[in-house]
Amino acid sequence: MEKRTFEPPVIKRLNAGMPSKFGMTPRIEPMPEVEGLKVSELLKEFGSPLYVLSERTLRNTYRDAYQAFSTRYPKVQLAWSYKTNYLAAVCNAFHQEGAWAEVVSGFEYHKALKNGVPPQYIIFNGPSKTYEDLLLATRNGSLIHIDHFDELYMLLEVSDEAGTKPKVAIRVNMDTGIYPRWDRFGFNYDNGEAWEAINRIMLSGKMDLAGLHTHIGTYILTPQAYRIAASKLADLAVNTERKYGHVIRYIDMGGGFASKNTLKGAYVPGTDSAPSFDDYADAITGALVNSAIKPEHLPLLILETGRALIDDAGYLLGTVIANKRLASGRRALITDVGVNLLFTSFWYEHQIVPAENSSQHTEDTTIYGPLCMNIDVLRAAIDFPLLKKGDTFVIKRIGAYNMTQWLQFIEYRPNVLMIDTDGKPHIIRKREDLDYMTRQEVLPEHLKNAGL
Amino acid sequence: MRLKKNIAISDSGFLFDPSTGESFTVNETAQEILKLLKEGKDYDEIAGHITSLYDIDRAGFERYYQDFLEMLNHYHLIDHAG
Ligand SMILES: Cc1ncc(COP(=O)(O)O)c(C=O)c1O
Repeated sequence: MEKRTFEPPVIKRLNAGMPSKFGMTPRIEPMPEVEGLKVSELLKEFGSPLYVLSERTLRNTYRDAYQAFSTRYPKVQLAWSYKTNYLAAVCNAFHQEGAWAEVVSGFEYHKALKNGVPPQYIIFNGPSKTYEDLLLATRNGSLIHIDHFDELYMLLEVSDEAGTKPKVAIRVNMDTGIYPRWDRFGFNYDNGEAWEAINRIMLSGKMDLAGLHTHIGTYILTPQAYRIAASKLADLAVNTERKYGHVIRYIDMGGGFASKNTLKGAYVPGTDSAPSFDDYADAITGALVNSAIKPEHLPLLILETGRALIDDAGYLLGTVIANKRLASGRRALITDVGVNLLFTSFWYEHQIVPAENSSQHTEDTTIYGPLCMNIDVLRAAIDFPLLKKGDTFVIKRIGAYNMTQWLQFIEYRPNVLMIDTDGKPHIIRKREDLDYMTRQEVLPEHLKNAGL
Repeated sequence: MRLKKNIAISDSGFLFDPSTGESFTVNETAQEILKLLKEGKDYDEIAGHITSLYDIDRAGFERYYQDFLEMLNHYHLIDHAG
């Protein structure tokens, strides 16, 4: 007689009249394959844990976003926000779709050049550009977005040295009715500071004011905030043209669209609460089209969408190391995926599902990573099926920020795989090793050996 | 190790403790084990039975069995007097 599949024994107390936060516990659907490739085989071949990116999802999401805007507005340009994920394969997939590059440091700027992005298609944001960064970007004809007056004055010097006018925009912050208000970056609209910056630039005669920029925050659930922001930038453009006869050529609305991840403490899952690209596009393009900007001078609309373009394309595959019963009676699952690889677990309640068909008996579980640190919690409380040591699982929607904000801590960072549109896997970043980890270290002569 | 005497287990996987009024759900494996515990079987007999029915060896089973007993204990379903 063939033996039955063993499922660990479980007993669960019934709490009558105490439904979970989301009402009924949803059935947890296993995910045996990513892009047609078996999770178990991917882990066998490329090691566990493993990042997997779907090139198909990445490109499709980009096209959805572009379409939402380009069907409503005549001139639209996306710029890939490098900090969200600057692996070269990811950047180039977006560039091939037509995206420019949006960078916020000298490192990211050089990475964009190395990826082959023509410098005039690089937007240089951020508060910490050096004199050398600005000089290079000016000579290259890149778009420099000024963050503060100190940078504005430094650019006047750069302009003299370069002998050419930097192409600039100012970053503008403002009240859009949402909290938190990001007033740390750029010049404030509401108190007149942004208008003052525009006047200084125009009167200096040393810069080409090409655009206006804002980035009102991240994971913004209210499209209405974008409508307000776009109207305020449009006002500045109108006033600039009226006073100086100078036409603002682009308006850059930054990033900030919500992805479908669920924020910690949210009462509704992100899949239900995140506005669509169409919702954001309606708000932004509606504000520009209805503004006082002359129709023949409608500016190019630039978007620096980050997380909403890539979150869905990323998966993190992992393996159960151990089961534990905490002193409180609570079940704990120890896995090989820690917060070192999933930085976004500090913000999101990530969706985690078993790779293989598992029991429908679930238990309130805490999922931990392998680090010897109390903070290493992937999910503090999740109704989860019982997995055994060696069982595998998939964490969904992890494409944004994890492959840039990851921490090199205790463990090597694993392989990153991209599955191309034909279903073929490619390693796009190799697993780290001891050689990689120690390459930058320099040992003083007297510390060359351990001496034990 | 004995289950509290008056505990009722239904065929559909519900368990009721009349002394506290609490109810529980159990899966198939747990149901098998509880039935054997109720019959007063010891660990050896239970392990023998389960490993003959399911694709798990004794070493593997012991781990989950211990964990299960801890949970029974946690829910006060074990009769310590006996
Ligand atoms: C200037 C700028 N643009 C774009 C982005 C991308 O934002 P998001 O991932 O929220 O779309 C950021 C992120 O912080 C940013 O600072």
